[in-house]
Amino acid sequence: MDDHRAALNPPPRWFVVTLAAAPALFIAGFYAWPVTNLLWTTVRRADESGSPFGHVGPIIWFTTWQAVVSTVLTLLVGLLPAYVLARYSFRGRRALVAVTTVPFVLPTVVVGAAFLALLPQSWHGSAQAMIVAHVFFNIAVVVRLVGSMITVIPHDLVGAARTLGASPIQAARLVMIPLLAPALWSAAAVIFLFSFTSFGVATLLGGPTNPTLEVEIARRATQLGDVGGAATLSALQLGLLAVMVVWATRGQNRSALELKGAAGPRPPRTRGERVMVAGVSAAVVLAVGAPIVALVSRSFDVGNGWSISAWSKLGSAQIRPGVGLGVDPLASIGASLRFAVVAAAIATVMGFLAATAINTSPRLGKLLDAGLMLPLGTSAVTIGLGMLITFDAAPVDWRARWWLIPLGHALVAVPFVVRALLSVLRSIPGDLRAAAATLGATPIRTWWHVDAASLRAPLLAGAGFSAAISLGEFGATTILTRSGRETLPIAIGRLLGRAGALPRAQAFAMATILLALSTVVVMASGIHERLGPDDA
Amino acid sequence: MLDVSEIVVRLGERAVLDGVSLHVDDGEIVAVLGPSGAGKSTLLRVIAGLIRPDSGVVALEGIEITGRPAHVRNIGMMFQDEQLFPHLDVAANIAFGPRMHRWSASSTRERVDELLGVVGLAGFAERRVDRLSGGEKKRVALARSLAPRPAVLLLDEPLTGLDRDLHDRLITELGDVLRATATTAVLVTHDRDEAAALAGRVVHWSELQRGDS
Repeated sequence: MDDHRAALNPPPRWFVVTLAAAPALFIAGFYAWPVTNLLWTTVRRADESGSPFGHVGPIIWFTTWQAVVSTVLTLLVGLLPAYVLARYSFRGRRALVAVTTVPFVLPTVVVGAAFLALLPQSWHGSAQAMIVAHVFFNIAVVVRLVGSMITVIPHDLVGAARTLGASPIQAARLVMIPLLAPALWSAAAVIFLFSFTSFGVATLLGGPTNPTLEVEIARRATQLGDVGGAATLSALQLGLLAVMVVWATRGQNRSALELKGAAGPRPPRTRGERVMVAGVSAAVVLAVGAPIVALVSRSFDVGNGWSISAWSKLGSAQIRPGVGLGVDPLASIGASLRFAVVAAAIATVMGFLAATAINTSPRLGKLLDAGLMLPLGTSAVTIGLGMLITFDAAPVDWRARWWLIPLGHALVAVPFVVRALLSVLRSIPGDLRAAAATLGATPIRTWWHVDAASLRAPLLAGAGFSAAISLGEFGATTILTRSGRETLPIAIGRLLGRAGALPRAQAFAMATILLALSTVVVMASGIHERLGPDDA
Repeated sequence: MLDVSEIVVRLGERAVLDGVSLHVDDGEIVAVLGPSGAGKSTLLRVIAGLIRPDSGVVALEGIEITGRPAHVRNIGMMFQDEQLFPHLDVAANIAFGPRMHRWSASSTRERVDELLGVVGLAGFAERRVDRLSGGEKKRVALARSLAPRPAVLLLDEPLTGLDRDLHDRLITELGDVLRATATTAVLVTHDRDEAAALAGRVVHWSELQRGDS
């Protein structure tokens, strides 16, 4: 179809190149160059310092095993809700899909804070707290990736196995699971990647005694002032991730299976099915609700009964006269909102130009598409660190410039904008363009009236998602932040690091605000509707 | 001997089946003829145990099996869309039933070879099912449903979706296979010729409804 469309009245080449120029320069200047520079720094340092990997072994080991455990547990816990949501229609199903995606769109700092509020003190700073939060965070990945595969498996295929003598468990093991294997594999790869590079959750819940590689990199760069050592670890992590991604994609041989016949959700018929649907629904609501309720209620707990003092004192940067809080809570909200708007603007413009270029020129576009996806496979701390060590000397001494932070946020958000726009652009029938052309529209006017006009909704969704990413971004911001310009997540992280009931309650109050802001942005943009399992 | 009486299946407010009864003798091939969407497929699924009826009784050889799970009924089914397992090859599809019934490896292999011969697909054992033609898929589906020697075979519009020539050829073959294996079978179809060519007895859907029979 692409060829057919390309043959039909294509826009001129200079037009495509002009469109692609800005996003290409954007990715080259603010991603490719800093990351290359980071790798080069590591290579140069390798012969100066003896062993740059002093006592890194245990950290890599810990990072890996907690990621493996998080992945396996998430798959086990997520499979049943994914199955129920994909297989049964019932009142409130759509709402329940939305509920399962809530944790995934929450900023990691909010998830971390919520589990600090929920879990007993003895769990704070432990691997199990971290793993529980990872499971909570990633259930949506299973519901989405595995659920959308379950919705296309025909009911009769399982029925065929049953009539041939397979028990429900045998049918699941011999028919469902083999067909789900590719989806399970991709879900596992995504969850492992998220857990391996976990930063917000790991910082807040793992504590200083359980650093992941990502946490250790940030610690060296910001607390120990060992930027070179941090760069070396970043390079190491980049290498490990590259190996994993290659290995994970090799395992996926995606031959599209031919599946025919009625599939998708239908009402539960037997008592057992109804009990399962009700039980799973209740468990999901409880599991998602508990940490959030704990977070909000603990913001009213300053150690001596219920109190709104954590909220009423948000306007002040002091705990008591003369005793500074270290951060200005209200100012951090302002900073976060401003960064979110700027990041969304950059990401939306870049994403729009890139998506249009990719859609009009398949060959040139593929390269740009791949380039824009790269930041997703790079940890946030690495992106921040690359920028930090690259933009530190004239004429690019931009370290102290405020816009470097929203720019970093936009880098991570652009691929999502591109995906949202491309899915719409590719669904525009070629005939519509042909119709415009036969009515006398030039190729560029055709593009304006047909392509650009249908992009309003996905642009809004892309902008919203970019803003949500920016609001919650923690890793790159931790590296690039300057005092006096803290974002909400940074301020929350600082407050949680302080002793005392009041700063803690204030952190929970601010996490509640961040939770509310993210929710509003996500709801307004309508992207939460794209995250559930596809309806048949 | 299969006895189905007064089956009621409701989906929400609507009764898909409202008191349907049917009797089939051993070795008999009965065709149920009726328009699409009448609920014929639902009736087969009730007999197979894939749908639990709201009321009514299914009995096999005089023993009630209404509440018995599908996998212990020994009732086979050939689906309209074949529903071959796409991740298994032809032989593994046919061997699925015998494996579930814990046949030995050697008798399973013999059975697969025998059925491949019966449906005219000798040499197809290691083919991938998504590389088969429409007619070949139907034959594999038939072989698979016969493999574990079901007491009753249900056929849900088994030859729909084939072009005319192939359709006519397969009617003859399917009839031969069913008679050669002395299979008790219930066939539902909307095709009058198909019903007449395959079945020993043709009943109209309307005759099965409450009060009419």
